[in-house]
Amino acid sequence: MSEAGRKRNGATLALEGLSHVGLTVVALLFLFPFFWMVSNALRGNDEVFAVPPRLFPSVIEWGNFVEAWVHLPFGRFFLNSMIVAGGVTIIVLVVSSLAAYAFARLKFPGRDNILLAYLGTLMVPQAMLVIPLFLMMTKLNWVNTYQGMILPMAFSSFGAFLLRQFFLSIPKELEEAAFIDGASRLRILVSVILPLAMPALGLLALFTFIAQWNNFLWPVIIVNGTDKATLPLGLTLFRTQQGTAWNYIMAGATFSMVPGIFLAVLLQKFIYKGIALGSGFGGR
Amino acid sequence: MATTTIPIAETTARASRRRSMSREQTRAAFLFLLPSLLGFLAFMLFPLIASFLLGFTNWQLIAPPKFVAFDNYIRLFTADPTFYRILFNTLAYTVEYLVLNIIISLGLAVWISSVKRGQRWYRLIFFLPTFTPMIAVSVVWVLIFSPDGLLDYVLSGLPFHTPNLLLSPDLAMQAVVIVSLWAGVGYNMVLFNAALDLVPKTYLEAAKIDGATAWQRFWRIRLPLISPTIFFGTVMTAITALQVFDNIYTMTHGGPGVATATLGFQIYQYGFGNYLMGYASALCWVMFIMIMGLTGLQFWLQKKWVSYDV
Repeated sequence: MSEAGRKRNGATLALEGLSHVGLTVVALLFLFPFFWMVSNALRGNDEVFAVPPRLFPSVIEWGNFVEAWVHLPFGRFFLNSMIVAGGVTIIVLVVSSLAAYAFARLKFPGRDNILLAYLGTLMVPQAMLVIPLFLMMTKLNWVNTYQGMILPMAFSSFGAFLLRQFFLSIPKELEEAAFIDGASRLRILVSVILPLAMPALGLLALFTFIAQWNNFLWPVIIVNGTDKATLPLGLTLFRTQQGTAWNYIMAGATFSMVPGIFLAVLLQKFIYKGIALGSGFGGR
Repeated sequence: MATTTIPIAETTARASRRRSMSREQTRAAFLFLLPSLLGFLAFMLFPLIASFLLGFTNWQLIAPPKFVAFDNYIRLFTADPTFYRILFNTLAYTVEYLVLNIIISLGLAVWISSVKRGQRWYRLIFFLPTFTPMIAVSVVWVLIFSPDGLLDYVLSGLPFHTPNLLLSPDLAMQAVVIVSLWAGVGYNMVLFNAALDLVPKTYLEAAKIDGATAWQRFWRIRLPLISPTIFFGTVMTAITALQVFDNIYTMTHGGPGVATATLGFQIYQYGFGNYLMGYASALCWVMFIMIMGLTGLQFWLQKKWVSYDV
């Protein structure tokens, strides 16, 4: 290698190293709020506002996580979040698969217009829907019930669209053999198409679950008290309880973040590919 | 004769077969679509129409609604002392958040794509808040921002006086923007990073051989090539930004005064704080029109900067 080439190689290497140092510093600063949350979750409440601030607790109070649980029914909130996010996800998967099959494989009058109307709903603000939905739930006596929390959130035009796009990419020949054998359309959808569409179904499930797990606007409207409260709602209840037990709040916040962080770490490649395909919920 | 009748019989048979086939398909499509259509009608179309109608009533939940024509809208635009402040807050938040989000997420995406190792770890770190509840994120930041909290302590080291972010009418919105950015840049960063990965290496190498600098390669090649993705990210981020609610509810509750009251927060406040369902519905339509307007504007502007043909 020539002298100049070696020099340039050295320069690129130094630049790469510098880039890593810079990125690492930014990344660590970015992670600080997570650290601060856990650090405060593990200290006595009198140390939360210590002057000067303590980066680490003087004594690690693991018991705070148990105490938080006693303080407010976090187990209940966790369970409610699971039921609601899980319930919405299952319904969205089933309903969207069926609709996507019709959009991708069947010819019928008005198909493209219905699809267009579905896409248009992406612009409709949630705030606009929740007022009539709340009145609807009042009439049905579904306020503060699981069905009231789940069903209004279970229509996803996005899900139908995402799966339709994926179904279109599956060659039709695969279904024709089954069709000739006399299999019903439902049978073909379930045993031929859906197994091939697993990546798209997985993405839809993941993003639906996370969006519902994090949802706040609908629970804050439809839920009264703690019995049906989800985790985000539970966290806001904390502050109005007695004084502000910041260490318990931070323990609760940690609880609420664990599933999302776990899924993000575990499925990072999958999420990356999914977002690259233009799925996910777009922006925030 | 026989030679003419047979084809006719055949075509009619085929046509009727096709007709019955298409009728069969329509029937099947209806059944497959039914659950979805019911959800669409009950939880989308019906609320949409109801919201529109409610906007012309004075419904306050207890008494039956009364038709008041355009009163709600007239009151909004001429008598409501806070309406224009709320519009301003919403637009100011949206523009500031949108611009900063796109710049930061694009900057991070380019930076991360430039390193050879460990890309996915950096990506993961910046993406993490995207998968966590906004309420939990806000609660953590409230602790950081709270009076005599960590930020106040750090800022007290500065030679000039800095007010507490959450208590200052001028700065409270900046606190909201910071939290939204922390929670939101990760998604667009991954989106842009993925698009950058798809830019063919040969294009960049060819440009390099032709003597294009890194700066030129970014502005002339990579940016135009990923502009459709940036456009998609901008549109989706703008739609969500105009609806900002969670962090305002948790951090400031619209305060101090109305300094951080946005449309999303005020709709909640009127509707579920004061039970002014009719008035809140009118405000919803202002928000919807702003979303459609901003989206339309972006689609119109895209002709000037988005390139699809490369």
